[in-house]
Amino acid sequence: MEDRTVLDFEEMRRTLVRIAHEIVERTGGHDVALVGIHRRGAVLGRRLHGLVSELLDASVPFGELDISFYRDDLSMRASQPLVAASAIDFPVEAHTIVLVDDVLYTGRTVRAAIEALFDYGRPRRVQLAVLADRGHRELPFRPDYVGKNLPTARSEHVKVRVEEIDGVDEVALAQRAEVPA
Amino acid sequence: MTRSLLSIEDLSRADIERILGRAESFAEVSGREVKKVPTLRGRTVINLFYESSTRTASSFEIAAKRLSADLVSVKSAGSSVDKGESLKDTIQTLSAYDPAVIVIRSPYAGAAALVAGWSRAAVVNAGDGKREHPTQALLDVYTLRKRVGSLDGLGIWIVGDVLHSRVARSNVLAFGRMGCQVTVCGPPTLIPREVESLGCRVRHSLDELGEADVVYVLRMQHERMEGSFVPSLREYAARFQIHARRLGPRQLLMHPGPVNRGVELSAEVIDSPQALIIPQVESGIVVRMAVLFDLLAGGGVGAPPSPARAQAATVEPQPA
Repeated sequence: MEDRTVLDFEEMRRTLVRIAHEIVERTGGHDVALVGIHRRGAVLGRRLHGLVSELLDASVPFGELDISFYRDDLSMRASQPLVAASAIDFPVEAHTIVLVDDVLYTGRTVRAAIEALFDYGRPRRVQLAVLADRGHRELPFRPDYVGKNLPTARSEHVKVRVEEIDGVDEVALAQRAEVPA
Repeated sequence: MTRSLLSIEDLSRADIERILGRAESFAEVSGREVKKVPTLRGRTVINLFYESSTRTASSFEIAAKRLSADLVSVKSAGSSVDKGESLKDTIQTLSAYDPAVIVIRSPYAGAAALVAGWSRAAVVNAGDGKREHPTQALLDVYTLRKRVGSLDGLGIWIVGDVLHSRVARSNVLAFGRMGCQVTVCGPPTLIPREVESLGCRVRHSLDELGEADVVYVLRMQHERMEGSFVPSLREYAARFQIHARRLGPRQLLMHPGPVNRGVELSAEVIDSPQALIIPQVESGIVVRMAVLFDLLAGGGVGAPPSPARAQAATVEPQPA
């Protein structure tokens, strides 16, 4: 299995800076909060949070969501160890929440994240920022902020690697060893 | 494949740590205003209790509800069990409702294993006679870990009526798995033969209690006793009650509840800051949520179902 890099370290950094600018531009910076979807979305969300706070010269609220308990494919997935708890310690009602994830694919993660978010309250508005949109949507979602559109085949695998977890920043395309049924 | 949680024996240390890790995520859910997640929506959990229980039954109910499962609670009193229906017939009837999980508490050792052999549902042993009570042991490990961190090398004394205690058996196994040095202590009549084979030491007096980091006190189980295991509760209390003079200031105190105040514990230690008795109860919900989640969300704890296992289980009436 060979990886093909589509965004390297520098491109990834610039992409996040651009998304941060877009978030500030489109929300006007008013009552905006970022929420990263566990696990790599949370890492990217934290970085975007830093960038957006810098642009606004004020720290905007940041939270993390673990959507494991909200998935719609409970019996279809092998379970994975998780200890990450969700952490949203600001009132979501007053904010435009920008959900942050690494890859947008079928849209099922986003659905679960929105459901999870609503258990904390009723956000004024919810937007979606993703580093890579690889298509193949199964639900009617369209991201508000896209790092890179990546037309892919279902047999391909988009790997987002972040330094905090994987030791390197990059987005790569790989051929799946086997396509799960 | 359906899996069940019948005994701590079926769990490795990694299994226990995985379940307790999940319990920590559920602790966050329990801290929210809306304490509910849709994880088990559309699945049915049956709570089948053939013995009285306050905390186990209620915490399994709350756990199932917080996971959005549909819950049916059946108590032996008021059900067809009163009319003489056998366990097997009851399980076959309830299985017609296609439950995802059956939680069973029974006065008979091995009952949960039998149910696992009869039903396609995942089975959770919520106490089978004096054999095992695995979710109690898991919540005790969870509670203690939250208080002290790693349990490796911790000295734990389990004191009291070990003979009649399913909690003792499950906890000796669970604390042992987590790297603790476990000692069981009580009058010889209340210590089962060959208990050492579970991996613990035996003492018949509290003389060396000072070496314990944690004193885990068991309830005197009057309801399972017929005949004289101790001369009197007063004499038992004189020799084995844990009270302020016996409990060192740095020792932690645990008890699975319900407490017989003034028998195995004195009132002042129950209410002392060293006591983890209330935190134990609080842990019950998140740990039981984690067990239900772990059984149904793939991977799963415990042993796969096998008819051989059910046959091997001993169904022996209690010495009642």
